[in-house]
Amino acid sequence: MSQALKRKLADPRTGGLLGLAAVIAVLPLFLPNNFYYDVAIGAGLSAIVCVGLNLLIGYAGQISLGHAGFVGLGAYSSAVLTVEFGWHPLAAMTAGALGVGILAFLVARPILRLRGHYLAMATLGLGIIISIVVNTEAEYTGGPDGMTVPSLMFFGRELYGEAVWYWIVGAALLFTVWLSLNLIASPVGRALRAVHGSEPAAEIAGVDTAHYKVLVFVISAVIASLAGSLGAHYAGFVSPANVGFFRSIELVTMVVLGGMASTYGAVVGAAILTVLPQLLTGLEDYEHIAFGLILMLTVIFMPRGLVPSFFTIARNRLASAGAPPP
Amino acid sequence: MFAEFLQFLLSGVTVGAAYGLVALGFSIIYNASHVINFAQGEFVMLGGMSTVFLMAAGLPMPVAVVLAVLVTVVLGLLLEKLAIEPARGAGVVPLIIITIGASIFLRGVAQVAMDREFHAMPPFTGDAPIMIAGATILPQSLWVFGGMAVMGMLLWYFFARARFGKAMLATAYNPLAARLIGVNTRLVLLCSFGLSALLGSVAGILLAPITFTSYDVGIMLGLKGFCAAILGGMGHGAGAVVGGLIVGIAEAMGAGYISSEYKDAIAFIIILLVLFFMPNGLFGKRTTERV
Amino acid sequence: MTLLKVEALSREFGGILAVDSLHFEIAPGSIHSIIGPNGAGKTTLFNLVTGVYAPSAGRVHFEGRDITGLAPHRLAAMGLSRTFQNLQIFFNMTALENVMVGLHLTLDRRLGAALFRLGGVARKERRARDAAAELMRFVGLEAYLDVDADAMPYGALKGLELARALASKPRLLLLDEPAAGLNPVETEEVAGLIRKIAQSGVTVVLVEHDMRLVMGVSDHVLVLDYGRKLAEGTVDEVRANPDVIAAYLGSGAAGGTHGA
Ligand SMILES: Nc1ncnc2c1ncn2[C@@H]1O[C@H](COP(=O)(O)OP(=O)(O)O)[C@@H](O)[C@H]1O
Ligand SMILES: [Mg+2]
Repeated sequence: MSQALKRKLADPRTGGLLGLAAVIAVLPLFLPNNFYYDVAIGAGLSAIVCVGLNLLIGYAGQISLGHAGFVGLGAYSSAVLTVEFGWHPLAAMTAGALGVGILAFLVARPILRLRGHYLAMATLGLGIIISIVVNTEAEYTGGPDGMTVPSLMFFGRELYGEAVWYWIVGAALLFTVWLSLNLIASPVGRALRAVHGSEPAAEIAGVDTAHYKVLVFVISAVIASLAGSLGAHYAGFVSPANVGFFRSIELVTMVVLGGMASTYGAVVGAAILTVLPQLLTGLEDYEHIAFGLILMLTVIFMPRGLVPSFFTIARNRLASAGAPPP
Repeated sequence: MFAEFLQFLLSGVTVGAAYGLVALGFSIIYNASHVINFAQGEFVMLGGMSTVFLMAAGLPMPVAVVLAVLVTVVLGLLLEKLAIEPARGAGVVPLIIITIGASIFLRGVAQVAMDREFHAMPPFTGDAPIMIAGATILPQSLWVFGGMAVMGMLLWYFFARARFGKAMLATAYNPLAARLIGVNTRLVLLCSFGLSALLGSVAGILLAPITFTSYDVGIMLGLKGFCAAILGGMGHGAGAVVGGLIVGIAEAMGAGYISSEYKDAIAFIIILLVLFFMPNGLFGKRTTERV
Repeated sequence: MTLLKVEALSREFGGILAVDSLHFEIAPGSIHSIIGPNGAGKTTLFNLVTGVYAPSAGRVHFEGRDITGLAPHRLAAMGLSRTFQNLQIFFNMTALENVMVGLHLTLDRRLGAALFRLGGVARKERRARDAAAELMRFVGLEAYLDVDADAMPYGALKGLELARALASKPRLLLLDEPAAGLNPVETEEVAGLIRKIAQSGVTVVLVEHDMRLVMGVSDHVLVLDYGRKLAEGTVDEVRANPDVIAAYLGSGAAGGTHGA
């Protein structure tokens, strides 16, 4: 292999995306039936949300304890606007994303001018309010029972079934990862990381920290909303079960476990924590214990998360095993 | 008309007193470490649930109550020793995440070790309602209110008079300086968790006969206590109590006059309004971060 | 023409005036030092001038414009930069990336271009890397280009702050104790750098306890004590000022141990 090609492949934007595409392409060979497809789609949708959430938590160093609320708003926008108001699904999806973006902006703008962990508190409150509204406005949302959602139409074709949705979610995930990698490798991404590193230093370097915090919060909320809409059309059903506080914490756990400030880490974290409960069937009672332990143990013993830690170890192995460099 | 209002007020003050105790727990830990302990609500749950199960095991109520408080305090100390202490200096976000993990873990343990049912705990001194100006109040409500008053007074004495209480305040004000004058700040941190667990479990035990208890009551009680702490100004003792009472009363009034379905949302709307319009809460000090 | 003008500037913390009705002006194109014992209010003054703290009273003018209360990023765009006494490094980045943040205002900051990698982002990023590397060479840190900031020694981090501050091409540069914690050789290098920076047309305001450094590079010295101006003038004038001598001997260890 030529040096240039090697370097391109080692670059997360080229090599990493190719790797992820290969995994998505090959995975169906190992999925014996629709149940497995369903788990894979669930993992993919969570991964999309987590890639966005990681921009906020991992790169910009802020925290949201209410992201499930944004996912839920996206899902319910798609459901309510299509069913109750007869909107086209794509219009409903767009409107949901727009509405969530505006809501996120309105909440974040006054709060992110303040330093500290105020965002955690505000997002927590917002998420819970959203989940209470969804549960209560049964006239529109079906309340705790949820409601059905029509399937997505694409050029007159109905998008239906696990096999079709696997590729839709796979493509959406690849696209989101690509956007996230691009963003991080740009002046905007560096500004986000600077906000995390030191707000006073970022400011005096000309970074409008409040602007960037609001920006990344809105971006991550919009991504969550779009993933929620996709999930609603895929499942054909929405319910408040996945809108609550615990789901928000699950999403944070995925990001933390996979690795903060690592786009691929967010994907890996989402995949592991989606698949794990399936392996533990019959042990549902222990799900809380497992999630709680994973969260605590990761932060205490592997604060950088799985993927970054793995790469550090791999690089050190290579360095110590490597003879004189080529 | 007035009787109705008084009724709402009384029930608001009752839950508000419990929220105030939870908020005090948040404030004590926040002062000692700037950690926001999201497991605070689980202390409340553990207090109530342990009492119920110890009584079911045949212990008389006073013994069960004392044991339940002890169990919760020990768990609080363990939480600090095993999960917070090893991650000291890890920054605010990781510490928040650890306490969230701890809260889910404790909830999971309660669900496995005890059960997933709702439990009613017998009131301390009977359940014959007392009439006040056309409104009724349960004797247990008086216990809740008295409990908060006694705990509040003990805390005030502890921080204003006792040597160790003053050491805790010094640590909150300036950890480095406190260490230099010989305060054992690690012990202070440990004790702050013990003390918060104590307050939480007492709140849970006092409240359980009124509201029922189950393995997952800690989420809402914790979050509402947290709203109260923010409203009062995080880290401010009297503010926590006042915040608790305001949240409790607002909730009762909202449920009575506006919509009972949105009762649980009221505390969170208060959080958002406070953060928008007075981020330091009612009594919180404005501080300028040193650069 | 004055570059920076401070009028009746005050800031109190919990009832204590850290900066107390301060007046002074700074002419462009020279090196100014602000000295005074620990706690005199030097860092607070920098924080007030750069918009980190809001003043309790008074105004700050930069190039004739009232900049009181403006956010630091606005001031950065107007040509103000600084370093910090307590290091403010982006420890989540490499050294080079730290300096690249300093170039922020000169780069393409459009969200669309970033997300879709349009408008030559890749090429512009390469150019930014080169510019940042050049600045690191200027401060003598060429050995650390791709080193993670959290793996660098203290002295190198001090230089890194300087390179980052220079990256935004300031006309006024405030340095808060750039030689604190450095050995004599490193301090001498910093002195050389400060002179070079001033020669390139940047006005430098220096807060420093190392009196040899201060006396060696300054055109003008301002002495602060308890937030007030104690004396002002050339190095020789300040050195001969009886108030200054009294304050420095009086406050003993604080200033004295660093004395020339
Ligand atoms: N953010 C702050 N909060 C409270 N007090 C402060 C803060 N910043 C500075 N001070 C106080 O202001 C005074 C001046 O401090 P400072 O400006 O750091 O002095 P210097 O830099 O001259 O050593 C000191 O008494 C210090 O304790
Ligand atoms: Mg200073």
